[in-house]
Amino acid sequence: MATEILMPALSPTMEEGTLAKWLKKEGDAVKSGDIIAEIETDKATMEFEAVDEGILGKILIAEGTQGVAVNTPIAVMVEEGESADDIKAPAAKPAAAPAEAKAESPAASAVEEVRTPEPDRSPDWPEGTKMKTMTVREALREAMSEEMERDETVFLMGEEVGEYQGAYKISQGLLDKFGPRRVVDTPISEIGFAGIGTGAALAGLRPIVEFMTFNFAMQAIDHIINSAAKTLYMSGGQMGCPIVFRGPNGAAARVAAQHSQDYSAWYAQIPGLKVVIPYSAADAKGLLKQAIRDPNPVIFLENEILYGRSFEVPDMDDFTIPFGKARIARSGSDVTIVSFGIGMAHALEAADKLAQDGIEAEVIDLRTLRPLDYGTIIESVRKTNRCVTVEEGFPVASIGNHISAYIMENAFDHLDAPVINCTGKDVPMPYAANLEKHALITPAEVVEAVKKVTYR
Amino acid sequence: MARRPAGGTAAPSNTSKDELLKYYRDMLLIRRFEEKAGQLYGMGLIGGFCHLYIGQEAVVVGLEAAAKEGDKRITSYRDHGHMLACGMDPNGVMAELTGREGGYSKGKGGSMHMFSREKHFYGGHGIVAAQVPLGAGLAFADKYLGNDNVTFTYFGDGASNQGQVYETYNMAELWDLPVIFVIENNQYAMGTSMKRSTKSTTLFGRGEAFGIPGEQVDGMDVLAVKAAGEKAVAHCRAGKGPYILEVMTYRYRGHSMSDPAKYRTREEVQKMRDERDAIEHVRDLILQGKHASEDDLKAIDKEIKEIVNESAEFAKESPEPALDELWTDIYADDLPQGSAEEHA
Repeated sequence: MATEILMPALSPTMEEGTLAKWLKKEGDAVKSGDIIAEIETDKATMEFEAVDEGILGKILIAEGTQGVAVNTPIAVMVEEGESADDIKAPAAKPAAAPAEAKAESPAASAVEEVRTPEPDRSPDWPEGTKMKTMTVREALREAMSEEMERDETVFLMGEEVGEYQGAYKISQGLLDKFGPRRVVDTPISEIGFAGIGTGAALAGLRPIVEFMTFNFAMQAIDHIINSAAKTLYMSGGQMGCPIVFRGPNGAAARVAAQHSQDYSAWYAQIPGLKVVIPYSAADAKGLLKQAIRDPNPVIFLENEILYGRSFEVPDMDDFTIPFGKARIARSGSDVTIVSFGIGMAHALEAADKLAQDGIEAEVIDLRTLRPLDYGTIIESVRKTNRCVTVEEGFPVASIGNHISAYIMENAFDHLDAPVINCTGKDVPMPYAANLEKHALITPAEVVEAVKKVTYR
Repeated sequence: MARRPAGGTAAPSNTSKDELLKYYRDMLLIRRFEEKAGQLYGMGLIGGFCHLYIGQEAVVVGLEAAAKEGDKRITSYRDHGHMLACGMDPNGVMAELTGREGGYSKGKGGSMHMFSREKHFYGGHGIVAAQVPLGAGLAFADKYLGNDNVTFTYFGDGASNQGQVYETYNMAELWDLPVIFVIENNQYAMGTSMKRSTKSTTLFGRGEAFGIPGEQVDGMDVLAVKAAGEKAVAHCRAGKGPYILEVMTYRYRGHSMSDPAKYRTREEVQKMRDERDAIEHVRDLILQGKHASEDDLKAIDKEIKEIVNESAEFAKESPEPALDELWTDIYADDLPQGSAEEHA
């Protein structure tokens, strides 16, 4: 049976090319893999191999022809015994590839109707629950310990998590309690152990991968994003990756640019990741337990400066805090301050100062950046008509920028002033004490921003 | 045809007829499938990047012969052969290449990103060498769970120059992980020949620095690959840690479909095809051993052609994924609460 040989697409973007040279002539026997022609594209000259065996019956496009569209018949192959004379003239029009034909199919509307969900204002734990005071460090340790007791597949790996008892003592005592099978000291190999952890999660374990700081996770970010976050989607839902990447994030003190960076906005951009950034010890515990139980990759951003701070934590056998539920840390009606992580310390201090001046700020702790509790933000802005965001990260493409855009799109008519984003300065973190202080966000700057949006 | 003047071992006396015929069939399926994929690419039915496995068939077929149920495999973007060799459905693979609903990833992964939990195939990874620590992680899980499964972690001579390979070697040996590092040395990292990228004369030898044993294997000889695979598997299952197989093979086609083929001569490729072809080798063994006649083999060829044609038909007819699929499989179980996507 005669078969047409079509002008091939030789690259992802090729639409037409030049038939530079025929390497076989009419009547030649051709076997699979033989190079039959040279085709020139905008990028290179490429060899075109035969797929099937047969005889080159007729050449339809002469060598040297330019602008031959992909899928145009260029020759006809015949089988032994068949005559090339039997070949009728090729169809004038090449068959369009279905991909092109379907390009017109209606795509999802670019402007989605976004309905901001009702916020969940239920208490995080039952009223009247007995509380105990503990540091963020102790809360994180308790969360890991409780989850490791609850689920045999949970294990901790990272640099100095075991015998050293944790570079920041988060994992202190866990090696003694759970042994080296479940508390795994790694060499200094971030991309290696992030990849091994991700592989173990694909196979069904629930790894907690500790980065000594998130600055070092940049060595491993390919596995966090390309391997952990995207695999479920790329596998059509087959390959879940239940893993927690955790460690201190943001500026510590006097460690300069390479060790002082807030990665919140980086990770919050990635579909497939969940991003958690607690401020209080209760949230650190409840959210870390939730993160370990979550069937998806979770980025859990801690803060070295907060590790030693004490908070009230519910004294319960088991409690978790759901993702996507912000906490109203302080109620107020004059302005909404939205923050997360260590930014909350600045926001709350500013709110205290503002109260002395008679301005009642509502302070929202987002707790998770992905999912983000848009409902709580919008509800508050509808009430206060003003908003200031507070974060330690860089100003360009910050979380505050995203929130501002969301408010503009969804509560524009409720705004009495432009939203102001308080952020770290747009500079690498300096070492000198005075410069470092200047580079970071301060409560005074938050106060100033609030006064601006309240026209005081 | 006067082929194969040299190379390839004779069939060991314990190689059965059924075994030889299975290798022939499995390798031929990969070759014909890939030729068809190349054809569909040329017709514009397959888009983006498409890396064909033609020439390297004996590597996966030989190693699959050394595997047992429960063993895992993971590889790079040149993954079609691995999927067919571990028993994944050609229809599902081809339909993924055409980006259709019937594909293994519902059309959302494409040529480089396919998976099968059922067949313990963990991808299909598009970032060169990323699958190496992931593969060690799969092995970590098996060791943690205390079973005797091993993981075949495939990568190329190109990936061998990525740093994460050596971080992984170090930890895999440190923790005695049951992982077989299979370096498919097809001698060209895209267009860069091995001698233009390293002064190392072997790649398996680099394992020595970490205490990992290994060896070079003739990757155009499926029986040699299988024998080496069995040795590596025995090492891993005995709890002795990882093993490296540097399998010397050759890719007949370009790195991807858009390969100008200027970095090696036509004669070099033709010589490999004529003298060292892995399928011809098994074919010769079958005929010389009188395990089957030319006609029997022709019948197999026909059967394979039908399977491949059917996969192409399936891949053309399977519908494109529904637009709703854009928003599924981003998170397991649920969408993030309160996310904009939830309300789309």
